[in-house]
Amino acid sequence: MSGVTRIAGRAYPFGRRNVDTDVIIPARHLKTLTRAGLGRHAFEAVRAEPGNVFEDPAFAGAPILIAGDNFGCGSSREHAVWALADMGVKAVIAPSFSDIFAGNAFKNGIVTVALDQAAVDRLLALAREHELTVDLATMTVTSPLQDRFPFVLDPFRRDCLMSGLDEIALTLSSEAAISAYEAGAIIPPPEKA
Amino acid sequence: MKPRTLYEKIWDAHVVERREDGTCLIYIDRHLVHEVTSPQAFEGLRHAGRGVRRPDLTLAVPDHNVPTTPRVGPDGRLLPIADPASAGQLAALDRNVAEFGIPCLGMTDARQGIVHVVGPELGFTLPGATLVCGDSHSAAHGALGALAFGIGTSEIEHVLATQTLLLRPARTMEVRVEGRLGFGVSPKDLILAIIGRIGAAGGTGHVIEYRGRVFEEMSIEGRLTVANMSIEAGARSGLVAPDETTFAYLKGRPMAPGGEAWDRLERWWRTLPTDPGASFDRSVAIDADEIAPSVTWGTSPEDVVPITGVVPDPDEFEDAEKREAARKSLDYMGLSPGTQMRDVKVEHVFIGSCTNSRIEDLRAAALVARDRRVAPDIRQALVVPGSGLVKRQAEAEGLDRIFIEAGFEWREPGCSMCLAMNPDKVPPGERCASTSNRNFVGRQGPGARTHLMSPAMAAAAAVTGRLADVRELVTA
Repeated sequence: MSGVTRIAGRAYPFGRRNVDTDVIIPARHLKTLTRAGLGRHAFEAVRAEPGNVFEDPAFAGAPILIAGDNFGCGSSREHAVWALADMGVKAVIAPSFSDIFAGNAFKNGIVTVALDQAAVDRLLALAREHELTVDLATMTVTSPLQDRFPFVLDPFRRDCLMSGLDEIALTLSSEAAISAYEAGAIIPPPEKA
Repeated sequence: MKPRTLYEKIWDAHVVERREDGTCLIYIDRHLVHEVTSPQAFEGLRHAGRGVRRPDLTLAVPDHNVPTTPRVGPDGRLLPIADPASAGQLAALDRNVAEFGIPCLGMTDARQGIVHVVGPELGFTLPGATLVCGDSHSAAHGALGALAFGIGTSEIEHVLATQTLLLRPARTMEVRVEGRLGFGVSPKDLILAIIGRIGAAGGTGHVIEYRGRVFEEMSIEGRLTVANMSIEAGARSGLVAPDETTFAYLKGRPMAPGGEAWDRLERWWRTLPTDPGASFDRSVAIDADEIAPSVTWGTSPEDVVPITGVVPDPDEFEDAEKREAARKSLDYMGLSPGTQMRDVKVEHVFIGSCTNSRIEDLRAAALVARDRRVAPDIRQALVVPGSGLVKRQAEAEGLDRIFIEAGFEWREPGCSMCLAMNPDKVPPGERCASTSNRNFVGRQGPGARTHLMSPAMAAAAAVTGRLADVRELVTA
């Protein structure tokens, strides 16, 4: 995975709260064996609503999505993140995210930016007309109208996002510690089923 | 030593490495795998030339796509699966477990079922263990005192390759419920009430520990229902401290340790409950006596009302976002503010899912269905046992006869109509009384309308044709 420092462009002013992963990608589209190609099914039910932002040509291919609180709640399906990535989304801005979604997003190089509701409301309004920039180096979201909203990212996650680190390779470098733990593990392996 | 919570004790016992920034490499004792979220993880291993570190700590069970109609033809061979995509995922799981040497309870195995039903009943799940699965309802296993949580596919690949996860400690939240659940009030009503109280994001970033007399007196099946839905309150894990009920449930189960290993573990398990004086980052107290049989009215599990209540008026919500969300929900659900919940007609009933498909759930539903008939306007009423072992037990108790005579369909185990990945779906615009865990838009099929409730309440809906108060059908 390649690293990411700066995401600039249009932003879908979606704004809805409690967007669950069934809304991002319904279960009937989870029957894939690969990560690719899910973008066309993303937000399928929302796309059927008149005037929705996903069918609005002004936002086609936008790299940023703005939503309400508890974004990505529900299922652990990483397909939700793959679907967003496949439609070109590289950053999601919301007041809060579900824990599993945020972890999945991070592992696929999608930045989750948590800002307070007032900042999100301002960005939702701005996004109708303007491009936005999410910058990991300065940890800010900025607009051409001189708005500047600082955000916080876990330092480890920020480093991984910026360097595109392979987490499994990193963990495998701790092989000796894992083997040592296993040698004294409290919980024995299960009996044969 | 500083007093610690149950969560902190399990966490501390699993730290492989502690990094400077507070992240820890945590050892994973048990990994459950199903066919939907694993194919890309195995593909990742293959691409990187990596193997599975501990296939012996891993157990695979197909559950999401499996048909709940008979699977084997008269010739004893597996019947073909109609949807090629479902068939493809099930075949991929078979290939992957064979290639990587992972034990698997396949579609024709008598013990096959929903991963979160199979794990506890086989004794694969243990108190004090870390358990993960690529499924958010993994929180269920916390009922036995396991630190269990759902993970994404990248994390599945990480666990397969390293048997660890890189994690930050969560905040802790105590949900204390004292008092007693009233007549007709089940663990499902309790967890719905908890979610209604703290909200769908109320537990985000937290591990919940369920404490108090109600949980101490609750069966393991009931605790599994409660812990299962922790994620619907935003909490990745929910825990109940292991106690005599836990040990009695687990002892002698086929995958649980026996002999000296059991004795040694039981001594350790007895040290796990939260120390007196340990502090939680947040505490919520609920009085069990105030909880009524409950149903959901909207499209988030936090949209809960007592069955005696009415559809809420969006204009009465405090903030603009909630008003808008409630309006959208009611529009989707086809409901008007002020309607009595007991006047809402349903066309479908689903008794099943990893939340409510265990033997006690089926007994509770059968008690209501006994000597009654499914109402004429009900198009489909499904009972889907959580596993082959639950099914066999229910049949030994004659529950299948009660359901069939009442007009329910008695099916094979699987996730079924909870998320409609197999042929069991609610048609667009139709309404389902469901014992599952999510009433999301489109969850049970495109355009499907879901009302969450307990098994007894779902059975009451089946025999009356509308949402009904089970207390009016069964006497104490």
